Amino acid sequence: MNGTTFLGMPAFPRAARDALGDAQLRRNLAEATRTIRDKRAEAVGELPDWEELREAGRVLKEHTLRHLDRYLLQFEERVTAAGGTVHWARDAAEANRIVADLVRRTGRSEVVKVKSMATQETGLNTALEQAGVRAYETDLAELIVQLGQDRPSHILVPAIHRNRAEIREIFRREMGTGAVGDDPADTDALGDDPHELAEAARRHLREKFLRAEVGICGANFLVAETGTVVVAESEGNGRMCVSLPETLICLAGIEKVVPRWQDLEVFLQLLPRSATGERMNPYTSTWTGTADRDGPREFHVVLLDGGRTATLADPIGRQALNCIRCSACLNVCPVYERVGGHAYGSVYPGPIGAILGPQLRGTASAVDRSLPYASTLCGACYEVCPVKINIPEVLVHLRARVVDDSRRRPLPRLEGLAMAVARWALSSPRRLAGAQRMAAAAARLLRRDRPIRRLPGPLAGWTDARDLPVPAPESFRTWWRRTHP
Amino acid sequence: MRTALFVTCFNDTLFPNTGRAMVRLLERLGCTVDFPLGQTCCGQMHFNTGYQRECVPLVRRFTEVFDGYDAVVTPSGSCAAMVREYHGRVAEVAGDSRLAAAVRRTPPVYELSEFLVDVLGVVDVGAYFPHRVTYHPTCHTLRMLKAVRQPLALLRAVRGIDLVELPSATECCGFGGTFALKNADTSVAMCADKVRHVLGTGAEVLCATDNSCLMHIGGALSRLRTGVRTLHLAEILASTEDEPASAPRTAEGATHR
Repeated sequence: MNGTTFLGMPAFPRAARDALGDAQLRRNLAEATRTIRDKRAEAVGELPDWEELREAGRVLKEHTLRHLDRYLLQFEERVTAAGGTVHWARDAAEANRIVADLVRRTGRSEVVKVKSMATQETGLNTALEQAGVRAYETDLAELIVQLGQDRPSHILVPAIHRNRAEIREIFRREMGTGAVGDDPADTDALGDDPHELAEAARRHLREKFLRAEVGICGANFLVAETGTVVVAESEGNGRMCVSLPETLICLAGIEKVVPRWQDLEVFLQLLPRSATGERMNPYTSTWTGTADRDGPREFHVVLLDGGRTATLADPIGRQALNCIRCSACLNVCPVYERVGGHAYGSVYPGPIGAILGPQLRGTASAVDRSLPYASTLCGACYEVCPVKINIPEVLVHLRARVVDDSRRRPLPRLEGLAMAVARWALSSPRRLAGAQRMAAAAARLLRRDRPIRRLPGPLAGWTDARDLPVPAPESFRTWWRRTHP
Repeated sequence: MRTALFVTCFNDTLFPNTGRAMVRLLERLGCTVDFPLGQTCCGQMHFNTGYQRECVPLVRRFTEVFDGYDAVVTPSGSCAAMVREYHGRVAEVAGDSRLAAAVRRTPPVYELSEFLVDVLGVVDVGAYFPHRVTYHPTCHTLRMLKAVRQPLALLRAVRGIDLVELPSATECCGFGGTFALKNADTSVAMCADKVRHVLGTGAEVLCATDNSCLMHIGGALSRLRTGVRTLHLAEILASTEDEPASAPRTAEGATHR
């Protein structure tokens, strides 16, 4: 496994087992998710029309996706009219190539970046590095991940798996070495107070902002009506990235488009309350084209497909494209809370990642086949989703896809055989009664009147930590027949 | 009103006392239930694990067996949710329009607490259960059926009960059907927290509307010899002075009463 990418990740159950054994991670996640969960609940509870807002968000997204072709062309037309250029990328490789070429044309070898999921998805930083361009992440959490040669584990809070003591260590190690152009004297005395850590990051980044000629951002929304790129962030670094450099490049998925400026009213209420539990997003930057004497002279938008068109073709799966990347589903997910983001083997972790990844990337790898099963279907994610993505519905839909694919393989799997036998037995009350009698007889034969403490094979997963009751000596149906002749 | 009991294959085989308690309780309330012997399974395990094709004969059987009843009542929130939310989907995926029509004709399927409170209109069912009890709302009862207040209202009306609140009650216990096997480690990690909360209440009985979740939490409670037993809501509600809930299902006697 590569340190900074998700290549070659093991299937979810295996990765989860390792994560579950990390006491520090468990503690960090439990603490952080509880804090954000409570904040969100409070912020959402304030709005009497929250359910109506969610419905509005869902309807807007559904409408846009249905007419995506139209809105994308409109967006391109408006961006062009405002002095910008739109590029179309079929997949991650093409998107990275376009961005690298655009940077190369400026003659620069450094870029400053706003936190962006699309560039994480395409692995842009690695691609730029290979093209001889150094990308600086300017979001505090992304900086922590980048300096720590780590992978993000949360959509909104990529360093959620780190506590402040760990962050101090990363800063001390990476900022003091001179490798990134810092004064070692600054970092020696660094404490783990959050303000102090933020100040260290600020000093580290300041000079990179002032020097930068190329900024790269993603987009929370692309407004078709005006050709505007909307970037929502909390630290102000994003605003510097979109306004200071001479060249601004935005890489965004095609599903980020919204029809009208007015639609932002709905989403800019749903997003901050769901994401950070704030009433209003601290820095919302909107950028349209180019203007003389102000901001970037060159403005490029790279629109990424990356499996989105294929996802759109699936009537049940397509709702995953409604996602506005708020992370509320991660914070309430009992599975995510215990295993963290890395186990999902993708930049999109948690419940949304479990339905997004296997659709955008397909189900060829072991980890992508395991993701639809990385949920108890408890439904907490659906309950909080600001655009009402029925994640459990999509999960079971994708499970069926995984199973149907496995049916085409020459050798039947043990699970498939067990399910076929269960279907056969459950298809007839006579067979079910027969199976019940056999189970009860087996229990009598083994003189089992106490719970089962150990089972073989895949069933050991149950009995490793849990007892199992033995089948009843008399099934309900036998009792009914005996007492209701 | 012709009411049928759908006991579910799981309760039929492993927890028949829950079905017997339902019959006793409903008859005590003057409601005659029928148990159509042709019933087997709602198909939830197959459906939720991705074996949608295998569900088709199970869904067809369900529609045939319960056709003509006015209502179906079941001691499982998740099986009720399966029928209500996904039987239509199974027919749709199979491209079987006759089955789809049959699904639409299926009588309303109620989880026990919904049936008692919303259909029969009773809250005090005349039960007596002098024990300290805590209630775990199972996810599908809570979020798919949205039966939030009914089980608690019924429990509060039980004479002698000492009902204590379960901290972080709405958090999933980690069962999740085949999740408990496929992701056993994560399942157990979630269960450990649920067990911790249950033990913190000092309750002697953990109650829920799904024996599947109770088998999972109860399996851990039993393995750890905690002495806390699990009981389906039906068994607490069926319990009276003359006919108390049957022998406890604790660590060493976890089988049958």
